[in-house]
Amino acid sequence: MSARTLVLALALAAGGCATTGGGDARDPLEGVNRAVFAFNDQADDIVFRPAARLYRNVTPQGLRDSVRNFFSNIDDLFIGVNNLLQGKVETAVNDWLRFAFNSTLGFFGIIDWASDMGLEKHNEDFGQTLGRWGVGDGMYLVLPLLGPSTLRDTVALPVDWAGDPVYEHTPVDERNIMTATRTIGRRADLLGASRTLEAAALDRYVFLREAYLQQRRSQIYDGRPPRERPPVD
Amino acid sequence: MTRRLAGAALALAAGFALANPLAPDALVKDVMLDIQRIIVADKDLKEGDRAKTTRLIEDKALPHFNHVGMTALAVGASWRKATPEQKQRLAEEFRTLLVRTYASSLSAFGDQKFEFRPLRMKPEDTDVTVEVRVLQPGSQPVVVEYDMEKNARGWQVYDVRVGGISLVVNYRTEFGNIVRDKGIDGLIGTLATKNKSLAAADTKK
Repeated sequence: MSARTLVLALALAAGGCATTGGGDARDPLEGVNRAVFAFNDQADDIVFRPAARLYRNVTPQGLRDSVRNFFSNIDDLFIGVNNLLQGKVETAVNDWLRFAFNSTLGFFGIIDWASDMGLEKHNEDFGQTLGRWGVGDGMYLVLPLLGPSTLRDTVALPVDWAGDPVYEHTPVDERNIMTATRTIGRRADLLGASRTLEAAALDRYVFLREAYLQQRRSQIYDGRPPRERPPVD
Repeated sequence: MTRRLAGAALALAAGFALANPLAPDALVKDVMLDIQRIIVADKDLKEGDRAKTTRLIEDKALPHFNHVGMTALAVGASWRKATPEQKQRLAEEFRTLLVRTYASSLSAFGDQKFEFRPLRMKPEDTDVTVEVRVLQPGSQPVVVEYDMEKNARGWQVYDVRVGGISLVVNYRTEFGNIVRDKGIDGLIGTLATKNKSLAAADTKK
C-alpha cells in the first residue's frame, strides 16, 4: 500500500510542481517535497503517532528511559567515529569512554552513568561530518518516512546505516524488532514537540523546513554557528 | 511621610527600570525557576490547564519579552512599510501566537532539569545571549539561548533559540511568504485566523 501511495503522491507532486510560484531557492523540489510531506503526515496519523501514544501509555517512564539509553549507547560508537573524522580526538575518546562505561557498569547501556560522571552525550552523524568538511546543504529534500533532509544529508545516510550496529544486526527479525522499538520510542519522545509544532506553525511544511535547516547548521558547528545578525529596524 | 513614601516608591521604580536591573542571567534563572515552582505546586498546571497556563505566562514570562521587537525582526524588511496600526496589530497577534505556543509546551516544564550557565559580560554590554541547558536522560542536553537587550524596561528577550532553532528566523520565512502573496494585512489576517482556530480548539477540550 505504501509504495503505491508513494508513487501516486509523487505523480501528483510532479503535476503540482509547475504551479508552485515564487519558490525558495533552497527548495527547488518544493512540489514533490510537499507531496512526500503529506504522505509522511498520513503515515504518522495512521501508524507512528498512535503507536507512540500506545507505547507511552502502556510503559512506565523508567522502562522508556532504559530503552532510550540502550539505543543511545549503541549510537555513541559511530558518534565517536564522526567526531574523529572531524578531527575532534578528545570528543571521540569521550564518546567511546561513554560506550565503555555504559555498556559495562550501565548494564548494556540501559543506565547512562557516563553522563553523571561528566562525560557528555554528543550528536553526530555523517551528514554533519560532511558539513564540517565544507560540503554545503544542497537542495532541501523530504524523504519518504524519514522526513526532512538535504541532498548532503541524504547522500550521507548509507554511511550512517553502515555505521549503525542495529541496521547491521543479524538475524533480521531481531533487527526488525529493534528498529521498530527504536522508531516508536523516538516518536514517543517527540509527542510534545509535535503538539507545539501544531500550535506554532502557520504553514507546517515551511516551519519544519526552516527548523530543520537551522538545526543542521547549529549541529554542524556543535551549537556555535557563526552568528548571523538579523537586520534590526 | 507621604512625600517620603512617594520618594521611596519612585526610587524603587527607577531602580527597577534604569539604574541596576537584575543581571540577564540571574533574571532568566529567577523567572524559569519561579515558573517551574508554580507548575510543580499546581495540579491544574501540571495537567496542562490552558487558561491557567496562559495566565501564568502572561504574568511571569511576558514582561521580560520585547514582543514588538520580536515581531519587527520576524516580519523583517516589510516592517518598515507597515503603518503604526498595522504594526500594533501584528505585534498583538504574534504575541498571542507565541503565548499559545509556549503554553502548549509548558506542562513538560515541571519535570525538567536546568543547568544555568553563568554569563560573562562587560558592564557596558547591552546585547547578550543567556544560555540554559535542559537535561534529559539518554539525549544530548537541549540548549536554550535567550538573546536579550537592555532597554528602558531592563533586560528583555528579543529572540529564543532552542537547539539552534531561532524562533525569529523560523517565522521570518513564513511571514515573508505570506506578505509577498497577500500583503501585510494578509499576514495580520492569517495570524488572527490561526489564533482563533487555536482558541476554538482549546474550548473544545
